[in-house]
Amino acid sequence: MWVYEKKLQYPVRVSKCDPLMAKFLMEQYGGADGELAAALRYLNQRYSIPDKVIGLLTDIGTEEFAHLEMIATMIYKLTKDATPDQLRAAGLGDHYAAHDNALFYQNASGVPWTASYIQAKGDPIADLYEDIAAEEKARATYQWLIDLTDDVDLQDSLKFLREREIVHSLRFREAVEILKEKRDEKIYY
Amino acid sequence: MQKQLDEEYYRLLHELQAVDFVLVELNLYLDTHPWDTQAIQQFNHCSQNRRQLAQQFESMYGPLMNFGHSYSGAPWQWNDAPWPWQV
Ligand SMILES: [Fe+2]
Repeated sequence: MWVYEKKLQYPVRVSKCDPLMAKFLMEQYGGADGELAAALRYLNQRYSIPDKVIGLLTDIGTEEFAHLEMIATMIYKLTKDATPDQLRAAGLGDHYAAHDNALFYQNASGVPWTASYIQAKGDPIADLYEDIAAEEKARATYQWLIDLTDDVDLQDSLKFLREREIVHSLRFREAVEILKEKRDEKIYY
Repeated sequence: MQKQLDEEYYRLLHELQAVDFVLVELNLYLDTHPWDTQAIQQFNHCSQNRRQLAQQFESMYGPLMNFGHSYSGAPWQWNDAPWPWQV
């Protein structure tokens, strides 16, 4: 069961209409290392991971949905006042033709999201190493996105998200250590 | 229907976001450090704090949560804007 809360995890403000930046941000919306992939990856891995780390996967997976909503808010705010001409100039003409102003789960190049971006190996260590790598890739993407804009309000929200990836990575690393201890005690296998 | 959003709305919202951030951080930390009783104490303290803040926010600006986790006035308030991406 999930319950929705009518607020963002962290404020999202933008200081101008910027459809080109919105296009870049789609990488974190429907891209391989984006927030949708993260949420679905972690929540799906829960069913075959040892009990000790189900809570962590549940919590981080849930937080990723809050991040997905923040990215959606950024894209929404950066494009809501854009004319079709402005969208076309930003390389979003194809997007407009298919979706008008609607958001869609695709990456910055317009490639739709696919489940092959994520993995569930059934092996706890393999899954957690994938999760650590995913967090590091997302952290790097946030850095590139911060470098791509001079909007300080937007940068502030992106920096928050970048820091969250660092914390998630750290927690997943700790989860690996917890499982290694258990493995040495032969609790599972 | 969009409610009139005053300075107090943003002040309370930010306060709630701040305490909720501490709670998310403590929650994830405790997931991998379940024996840290001091952090658990802090978690429970913040949890109580956020409940009061949320109640105050909701009494002024309507329900934050669906499915019975918040009360509603009449008419049904859940549908009322603003939604999170609109503020
Ligand atoms: Fe993350």
